[in-house]
Amino acid sequence: MTTGTSGNSLYGPLADVSGDAGYADSHPARVGFFTDTSVCIGCKACEVACKEWNGLPDPDFDVLELTGMSYDNTGALGSNSWRHVAFIEQDVISEIADGSATRWLMASDVCKHCTHAACLDVCPTGALVRTEFGTVIVQPDVCNGCAYCVSACPFGVIDRREGDGRAWKCTMCYDRLRGGLEPACAKACPTDSIQFGPLSELREIAQARLADLHAAGHTEARLYGDDAGDGIGGAGAFFLLLDEPEVYGLPPDPVVTTRDLPSMWRWAGAAAAVLAAGVAVAFSGRGRLG
Amino acid sequence: MTEQLQVPPADFQSYYGRPILKVSRWKEPHLPAYLFLGELSGALAMVGAAAEATGRPALARTARLGAAAGAFGGGAFLTAELGRPERFLNMLRVAKPTSPMSMGSWILAAHSGLVSAAAASEVTGRLGRLGSLAGAGSAVTGPLLAAYPGVLLANTAVPAWHEAYRQLPLLFTGGAMTAAGAAGLAASAVSRDRSDFAAAYRLALIGAAVESLAGYGLETMPGPSGEPYRTGPGGAMLTAARYLTLGGGVASLAARRSRTAAAVSAALLTGGGLCAKFAVLRAGKASAADPKYVVASQRPG
Repeated sequence: MTTGTSGNSLYGPLADVSGDAGYADSHPARVGFFTDTSVCIGCKACEVACKEWNGLPDPDFDVLELTGMSYDNTGALGSNSWRHVAFIEQDVISEIADGSATRWLMASDVCKHCTHAACLDVCPTGALVRTEFGTVIVQPDVCNGCAYCVSACPFGVIDRREGDGRAWKCTMCYDRLRGGLEPACAKACPTDSIQFGPLSELREIAQARLADLHAAGHTEARLYGDDAGDGIGGAGAFFLLLDEPEVYGLPPDPVVTTRDLPSMWRWAGAAAAVLAAGVAVAFSGRGRLG
Repeated sequence: MTEQLQVPPADFQSYYGRPILKVSRWKEPHLPAYLFLGELSGALAMVGAAAEATGRPALARTARLGAAAGAFGGGAFLTAELGRPERFLNMLRVAKPTSPMSMGSWILAAHSGLVSAAAASEVTGRLGRLGSLAGAGSAVTGPLLAAYPGVLLANTAVPAWHEAYRQLPLLFTGGAMTAAGAAGLAASAVSRDRSDFAAAYRLALIGAAVESLAGYGLETMPGPSGEPYRTGPGGAMLTAARYLTLGGGVASLAARRSRTAAAVSAALLTGGGLCAKFAVLRAGKASAADPKYVVASQRPG
């Protein structure tokens, strides 16, 4: 079950994700984000640009909440935060000073725009769709707020907006893509930590960057979400990390839940058969109360 | 026995202990109530058809009215659960095999239509042939309606739900028998002629056994994802469910002789079924809220 069925619509590598969703061969190339956290300076320009461009509300600001999590007062991705900069402070051994130092990891998280997107798979209304660019968006005029996607996303990205009742997440600035512009976060990023482009090119850039870092002795550097053979068929938005994924609040080995859908239905079928058998047995007895 | 099943404290890391997943937006009492009423309606539809086929008119009548009430009550909770209830019909915009909720919406729609037709015929005494036909049809949609929520919950990233894909459907179809049996027990406690209801007593007993077995299966689920069913708010609810269901099963043995026992048994079994649904929701939320379950399930060993 862990390998198997590669190349189908539920699981495994998929060469043409938009084509699989029904777009004609003339569709544009799949685009994505490569977020290189090794050059993130934690400025949050991406968060601000995203909020500005997409007109996202900031309902929490009637009561200013300080999380106590370093410089992160956004906390997590959600219906109103489509970029989230994580701040991780680590005690490390240093060769300078008195031997101890703080390492600061910063990383701008975003929707992964999965090859096999669980949110899209489970959406019962068709509100979540694959775009011609291979990204995943919610159509707000269709979403009825069932919140199934919220529990299906293995990254905890999509959420329902309170008071609005619908699910929201990063669109990779679908409107800007349609107009030939790069997404607002990538445009605003001053260090090119967030790079936007055709996914195949980004993967090459990422491999080269990883090789450079390894050559420079940063063997802790690793790519996350770049592998088309992983549990989500590879992410449309992938990352270069300097520690384990869970340190950044990312799942170590996410799998699209629909991979197991056929077995789930088989077990449900068996359970339904148990119900039918139970009723049959209950009614086959002779015993009627007299 | 639970010692080796606990999540090892290990050197597990997280981002300030924050959840990796979003905790489900599904809430109490809506989701548990929907699960309970849906399975109740599903099993009662089958009971109605079986009772008619085997010449138990009083039980058939109870079952058909109950099936319709369950379907509409469940549908109401389901609709109230939506962020945009006025867009409920968007559920029928598409039919999507990859979405158990889409499949479930179609099952519920078909089932509701059939059980209302059967109930309407039962109440008005008109179009008996069509009513029977609709009742027979609902005996097909019934088990689907009772079983699909197991897939609905399992087809998520929530560790305690996803990894319980074998146990959850059985918990719900077992619970369906218990709930329908309990409805029969309750009706028999107040009905003049109780001769039809022995089948419902047997169904309650079978259901109590299956439901308890499935609950035990959840508690003893291997790996870290069984823990939320043993401890915390989910574990407490599941324990309560087990005692109520087993107690109701025992009480049902005396239902033939005592109307009081029938009523007590019905109440216990219904309470047990409801507690089991609350347990599942709470265990799921607990497993999504603590990143250790996500990390442990993805980094085995």
